[in-house]
Amino acid sequence: MTSRFPERGRLPRTLHPGAWWLWALGLATAASRTTNPVLLVLIIAVAGLVVARRRGDAPWALAFRLYLLLGAFIVFSRVLFRVVFGGGQGDHILFTLPEIPLPAWAAGIRLFGPVAVEQLLGGLYDGLRLATMVVCIGAANALANPKRLLKAVPGALYQVGSAVVVALSVAPQLVESVLRVRRARRLRGGRQRGMRALRGIVIPVLADAMDRSLALAAAMDSRGYGRVGTLSPRARLVTGVLVLGGLVGVCVGVYGLMDGSAPRQLGLPMLLAGTAVAAAGLLWGGRQVRRSVHRPDRWRLGEVLVVCCGIGSGGLLYLTSQVDAANLYPSLNPLAWPELALLPSLAVLVGVLPAWLAPPPELSSPPAGGWDERRPASSGVPARVGGSAEGTAGLTAAGAEPVVPAHRTGGGGDGEPPGPPSRAQERTTP
Amino acid sequence: MIEFDRVTVHYPEAAEPALREVDLTVGEGELCLVVGRTGAGKSTLLGAINGLVPHFTGGHLHGEVRVGGVSTASRPPREFAHLVGRVGQDPLAGFVTDTVEDELAYTMEQLGVRPEVMRKRVEETLDLLGIAELRRRPLRTLSGGQQQRVAIGAVLTAHPAVLVLDEPTSALDPTAAEDVLAAITRLVHDLGVTVVAAEHRMERVVQYADRLVHLPGDGSVLVGSPSEVLDVSSVAPPVVELGRLAGWRPLPLSVRDARRRAAGLRERLRDQPRPVRGRAPVGADDQPRLVARRVVVRYARLPAVREVSVELAPGAVVALMGRNGSGKSSLLWALQGSGPRQGGTVSVDGTDPKEVGAAEARALVGLVPQTPGDLLYLETVAEECEQADRESEAPEGTCRRLLDRLTPGIPPDLHPRDLSEGQRLSLVLAVQLTAAPAVVLLDEPTRGLDYHAKANFGALVRELASEGRAVLLATHDVEFVAGVSDRVVVLAEGEVVADGPTAEVVVASPAFAPQVAKVLSPQPWLTVSEVRDALAGAEARV
Repeated sequence: MTSRFPERGRLPRTLHPGAWWLWALGLATAASRTTNPVLLVLIIAVAGLVVARRRGDAPWALAFRLYLLLGAFIVFSRVLFRVVFGGGQGDHILFTLPEIPLPAWAAGIRLFGPVAVEQLLGGLYDGLRLATMVVCIGAANALANPKRLLKAVPGALYQVGSAVVVALSVAPQLVESVLRVRRARRLRGGRQRGMRALRGIVIPVLADAMDRSLALAAAMDSRGYGRVGTLSPRARLVTGVLVLGGLVGVCVGVYGLMDGSAPRQLGLPMLLAGTAVAAAGLLWGGRQVRRSVHRPDRWRLGEVLVVCCGIGSGGLLYLTSQVDAANLYPSLNPLAWPELALLPSLAVLVGVLPAWLAPPPELSSPPAGGWDERRPASSGVPARVGGSAEGTAGLTAAGAEPVVPAHRTGGGGDGEPPGPPSRAQERTTP
Repeated sequence: MIEFDRVTVHYPEAAEPALREVDLTVGEGELCLVVGRTGAGKSTLLGAINGLVPHFTGGHLHGEVRVGGVSTASRPPREFAHLVGRVGQDPLAGFVTDTVEDELAYTMEQLGVRPEVMRKRVEETLDLLGIAELRRRPLRTLSGGQQQRVAIGAVLTAHPAVLVLDEPTSALDPTAAEDVLAAITRLVHDLGVTVVAAEHRMERVVQYADRLVHLPGDGSVLVGSPSEVLDVSSVAPPVVELGRLAGWRPLPLSVRDARRRAAGLRERLRDQPRPVRGRAPVGADDQPRLVARRVVVRYARLPAVREVSVELAPGAVVALMGRNGSGKSSLLWALQGSGPRQGGTVSVDGTDPKEVGAAEARALVGLVPQTPGDLLYLETVAEECEQADRESEAPEGTCRRLLDRLTPGIPPDLHPRDLSEGQRLSLVLAVQLTAAPAVVLLDEPTRGLDYHAKANFGALVRELASEGRAVLLATHDVEFVAGVSDRVVVLAEGEVVADGPTAEVVVASPAFAPQVAKVLSPQPWLTVSEVRDALAGAEARV
């Protein structure tokens, strides 16, 4: 199949974050439709493979492991829960724990007691289903830059999006500040305990954060933030109502779609209606905002294919559940081995195709033997990008000699400042 | 391009106006340098250009500021984004996005520039500032000079007619500062951008300036060509001081100007006794107070300090130099005992400060970190002093007495955040000295200090040394090092690449030589005061 999309389509590029999210939601839908552990493990493997092949090298891409750990924790706690509040349904008793007697008003709740295989398996299947869905979301997070996703938000939500982006970058700065101040506290002896010690850290950190926010606000103001695209209060209200109403509709729709026992009309129709209302609100609000986006992510063949694979996977499993549900929910009573039918496994395997169909990701750090970071920046002849030469007569001096080159080549340990060990690092390493 | 018409700025809580009746016209394509002591109103003047003063900062502005014919009173600062690009003191604090390319595009996105145009301008700006290879790098991982160039590029992509820079090179090592200055002069000469910059380290910038705006501190301004203004200015770089001393007219602004006229001065100085550098041993048992052997510091896989050995003798001031990120701070923190140290030994009078508790370590080695404000957390100067006495179990009033000796006359009820940079530095130093450490470590102490504050602080450091303490200071400030230190250690990539008496190390290095040394080399004079003393000595003998 990949041979039909030769190297031409496979230049490294960043896929539209929305595509990865839709793909992941498709997989999650598939996971929500089954408790078959074999299928669920297959879905996790599919997500893992795609992440391994198509993630970049940015920090958020490395967070996938955390989601796997979170999944494992979910499964573990579900099983533990069943052991503690067992209830003891099932005939195949594995072992019996001493039961803790509870007062009469807590009738119906039992602590410990006999532990049955059915009960453990029930917890395992349930937990595995939830864990798989979490892992799918984790895959989307690892594959798509969360900030680029915010960039793709419609114009009407732009102001909110900016606030979120700024808040996201403030968090690491706060951590850095806390580390720096804690270290400084040690310099003063750090004798205090409790509230006084806390105060000694909190006050400088808050003062620092305050200074930074003021500097950032001044910078954003002088760089034109909020210059165009402020909505009138009426427009904001209409947009807000439409978007929020639409999103509620979408939530209900997704719930209906994912929960097999919900009424049919709560599923797809509600989802579509909600999406339409929200989209109308966003379009209406966005029309009044004029702002451009640098290197916008576009929908191209790769995005369409990835979304098709995700939605296809979810859709096929949805269809299977309509046709033959027995396979998807392995029986606990009577106890039976989970079986793997052809159609559901094919449905899940459709989801793995993006590992080959999606273009490879762009890497931010140079490949081994790539550019030399310590090359003096102004002495090399900069690469010209096609079409950028005209109209920039003044800029051609970019490749010329720097104005003060006299000390550039001197000895005494000077030279180009090194790349990675930054000033920030020098100041704040723990 | 920029017109100030009888501008007076008055902040509500201040008794005196920050600017008084200022008339100033800056023409197109000029590089205008704003100088003056701390608190003289430099930032106010810069902020008024795009309307941040008073729209953002508050206060009252009488008169009118016009940029490109548009009055700043008529619209908020964001409506000037296409006209005025402003880069603040700390470029990192002004970054909105997290990668270089996004940051360059941010202003254009706000202006609604079409994507094709945006793409082209980003590429042009990357080339113009020599940062093309950094395009996908996260902003936080860049070095100081790179960050400064990205910050300039980020406002430049909107093609502003005016660029306002607040202390563009203050935090940078000499080489990174030259990169940034090269970029700025290229903008002025090739693109005709009007640049207004404030800078404490005038010696780096003044030679490129077309015009100097001097703020004497009373709210007035003095505008003129650099050599005219410097003749009467209260702040001047060493090369100008040397010119004043030697009576050169017009005053030289660059090392080149001065060197071409210095033949006569070198002749007069030739037979003078060489300046005495390096402290005489304090006592017979001149044991080093701090001995560090093969100190290793590493963060994850990245080694910051590789097997560095240092000895600090009592009464000596040692300067630690090297570019940003060369391991200076890491070494200081490791020597103090609070920072990580993966190998080697440190001994202060026989004790390893890392082995003992924080309070004891502090009595052995006092460290003033790069951001001294981190150490302060109480409401008034008096409370900080009392707290310091309690922390080091010193008699009541010790810290206050130290502070009064360092910088007399700081009101005790002032909030530490309202102190000037120099006063805050003194307060933190006093707090650290309350524990009576034998070794004092200073990390970038001269950051944000003007020439006067720096001279005072230099005298103070010498005094600490004369009391028998060992002082180690990490700094980029070559002029400060020339005036204060006995020995210089140069670090590169965490290794010692030079270690010796100041005159030997500094004169031989093109980046670390002070201006006087460059003018008078091969003679080993480093500071104007040395030359002044020598000339006075010559006259006395005649």
